[in-house]
Amino acid sequence: MTSTLRALFGACAVAALATVATAETTITVATVNNGDMIRMQGLMSDFYAKHPDIKVNWVTLEENVLRQKVTTDIATKGGQYDVMTIGTYEVPIWGKQGWLESLNDLPASWDANDILPAIRGGLTVDGKLYAAPFYGESSMVMYRTDLMKKAGLTMPDKPTWADIEKAADAMTDKAAGVYGICLRGKAGWGENMAFLTAMSNSFGASWFDMKWQPQFNGDAWKKTINTYVDLMKKDGPPGASNNGFNENLALFQQGKCGMWIDATVAASFVTGKDSTVANDVGFALAPDNGLGKRSNWLWAWSLAIPAGTKHSDAAKTFIDWATSKDYLALVASKEGWANVPPGTRTSLYENPEYAKVPFAKMTLDSINSADPTHPTVNPVPYVGVQFVAIPEFQGIANDVGQQFSAALAGTETVDEALSKSQDLTVRAMTKAGYIK
Amino acid sequence: MARNVTPARKATVTVLAWGIGFLIFFPILWTVLTSFKSEGDAVAIPPVFLNFHWTLENYAIVNQRSDYLLHFWNSIVISFGSTFLGLVIAIPAAWAMAFVPGRRTKDVLMWMLSTKMMPSVGVLIPIYLLFRNTGLLDTRIGLVIVLTLIDLPIIVWMLYTYFKEIPGEILEAARMDGATLRSEILYVLTPMAVPGIASTLLLNVILAWNEAFWTLNLTAANAAPLTAFIASYSSPEGLFYAKLSAASTMAIAPILILGWFSQKQLVRGLTFGAVK
Repeated sequence: MTSTLRALFGACAVAALATVATAETTITVATVNNGDMIRMQGLMSDFYAKHPDIKVNWVTLEENVLRQKVTTDIATKGGQYDVMTIGTYEVPIWGKQGWLESLNDLPASWDANDILPAIRGGLTVDGKLYAAPFYGESSMVMYRTDLMKKAGLTMPDKPTWADIEKAADAMTDKAAGVYGICLRGKAGWGENMAFLTAMSNSFGASWFDMKWQPQFNGDAWKKTINTYVDLMKKDGPPGASNNGFNENLALFQQGKCGMWIDATVAASFVTGKDSTVANDVGFALAPDNGLGKRSNWLWAWSLAIPAGTKHSDAAKTFIDWATSKDYLALVASKEGWANVPPGTRTSLYENPEYAKVPFAKMTLDSINSADPTHPTVNPVPYVGVQFVAIPEFQGIANDVGQQFSAALAGTETVDEALSKSQDLTVRAMTKAGYIK
Repeated sequence: MARNVTPARKATVTVLAWGIGFLIFFPILWTVLTSFKSEGDAVAIPPVFLNFHWTLENYAIVNQRSDYLLHFWNSIVISFGSTFLGLVIAIPAAWAMAFVPGRRTKDVLMWMLSTKMMPSVGVLIPIYLLFRNTGLLDTRIGLVIVLTLIDLPIIVWMLYTYFKEIPGEILEAARMDGATLRSEILYVLTPMAVPGIASTLLLNVILAWNEAFWTLNLTAANAAPLTAFIASYSSPEGLFYAKLSAASTMAIAPILILGWFSQKQLVRGLTFGAVK
C-alpha cells in the first residue's frame, strides 16, 4: 500500500469518527398552535445549547387537524412523530391501548411529585404516567368589574348559577350592545359540549349511569339545558349558536360581554394588550348548584412519546426540558411571569413572583376543584370532567352538540334536542357494544 | 338576426356582471385586507373595511415562524410533478378511449369518475399503511404518486373530451403515411390538442396546489406543502385571523398570479367543445 493510499484511508477513518462524534438525532414534535407552544419554539436556543446532539423538527397544526394526524399515525404505528402534543382526552385511551411510552423513568430532577395532583391524575393510567403536562387549564368566570359595580352587585368568589343569572340580568344593556353573559354555542365536542358537559356536572347530570345507559332523558339534563338556553336567550349575544372560544374572546375583549365562563387560559388574553377592558376584569370560580360539583373542566396539553419511536431517549430529553421547572424559569426570565405556561406545577403557584399575576390563584383554585376521576355527583363508569374518555365520545358528542346548538338557535325545542340526543347516544353505544 | 340591445340593458348586464364578479372575489379581497390588520381589528364588530391601522406585522411573524420557501417548493414539486405524471399516463388512455372505443369505454369512463365520489377518509388508513410500509410517508414522491392517482380521472376525462373534437381522419391519414402509434400520438395528436392539454395542465396544477386532505395527512416536517403552512396558523384558543390571512395570502399568491396570466387558456379549455 502506498503512503498516499494509507493517508487517504487514515483521513477517511478520522472523518468517519468525527461524523459519529457529532451525529445528530433528529426528532419530530407535533404540536398545536397556541401561544405557549409557539413561545417554546422561540426559546429552543436554550435546548440546543444544552443538547447540541438533538435537532427538533416542528409540525404545528390546528387542533382538529393535529388530532386526526396523530391518531392516524399512532394507530398505524406510522412513526412520523417522536413527540406528540395530546390532551387529557387521548391520554387514558391511548395509554390503555399501549400506544404510549411510560414516562415514569424521567430523571428525578423532573420532580413528578411537583405536578398538580388533578393534572397528574388525568395523565396517569394504572400507575404509569403517559404524558408530561406542558400547560393545564380549567374554566372559570371572567366578569366586568365596572359593570358589576354599576349594577350594584358583587361577584362572590364561589358563585352559584343563581348568582350568575342575577348578574347577567343586571349587566345586560342590549341598546348599548352589552350582553350579560357569553357562553359557547358552536357545536362540537370540544366547543359547546365541553362547556355543557361540565355545566351538567353541577346540575347532578352525567352522560351515562354505571351500566352505560345514556341519561339525557333525566331531569338533571333538562334543567341544565333549560337554564343554558333561557339564560342565553335573555342575556346572551345574538347568533350565540355560532360562537366558540375565539368568537366569545373577541366579544369580551371589545366590551360586549358582562361575563364569560370559559378556559382559564383566556385570562391572559382578556387582560392583555388587545383587550379594551383589560383593567376591568375580575375572576371567580365556575358556578355550582350546591350539589358538590362545580361546572369547571380540566384540560392539559401534554407531551407524550408514541410507543415504538426510534428516538425514545432524545424524545425524553426534550420532554424533560420542555416540562421542567427550569423551563418555567426560562420563560419568566425572557417573557415575564404572566407568560409562563400555567396549571402544571405546585412550585409555580408557591412562587411569590407568580402569585402577583392577577389570575394565578383563581386558575389554581379552579384546577384543584376539578376531579377527572370523580367528575359527577352520582358515580359513573368513566373518567373525564368535560368529556368521557372512550374512543366513541368524539363522534357522539359532536352529534349531541348539534342538537344543543339547534336548541340554542331555536330551531328545536329543548325537549326535542334532549330526546334526539338520547336516541342517538343509545344507538351509538349499543352499536359499540357498551349496551348489551 | 341579432337582437337589438338597448344601452340601458347593456349597462344593467354590465353592472350585474361586475357585481357578481366582485361577490365571487370578495372572500379573497377580505383575506388580503385582513392580513394587513392587527388581530384586534381583524375581529372588530362591526367589521372595518379600509379605515384601520395598516401593518405588515403579520407577514413578519409568519416569515419568522415558518419556512415559507420549503413549503412553497414542496407545493411546486407536488402540484407540477403530479400533473406531468398524470398527463403521461392520461394522454395514451384518452387517445384509446377517444379513437379506439370499445363496447365498455363509456362504462370505464364513468367508473373512473365514480372513484372521485368516494370520501377520501375512507381509504386513509390503507393508503397510510402502504406509505408506511414503502417508506413514502412525508416524501414528495409519495405525494406526487397519490395526487396523480386522485386527479387522473379528471385528467383523462378532460383530455378525452378534447380528443373527441379532433377528426379521426387526420390520425388515419398519418397512419396511411406510415406513422407508428407513438409518432401518431406524439407528433400528430398532441400538437393539435395543445390548447386542451394546456388547460388540463393548468386546472390540475390548481387542483393539486389546493389539495388539503392528503397533503396534510401524509406529510410531517419534510414534504409538507403550503396547505400545511396555512393549517399551522389556525388556533382554537387565541385570536389568529390576521396571521392566518397573511399565511393564506402568501400561499394563494403564486397560483393566483399563474391563473391571472393563463386565464385565456383556462377559459378556452374549460369551454372547449361547448360552442361547436
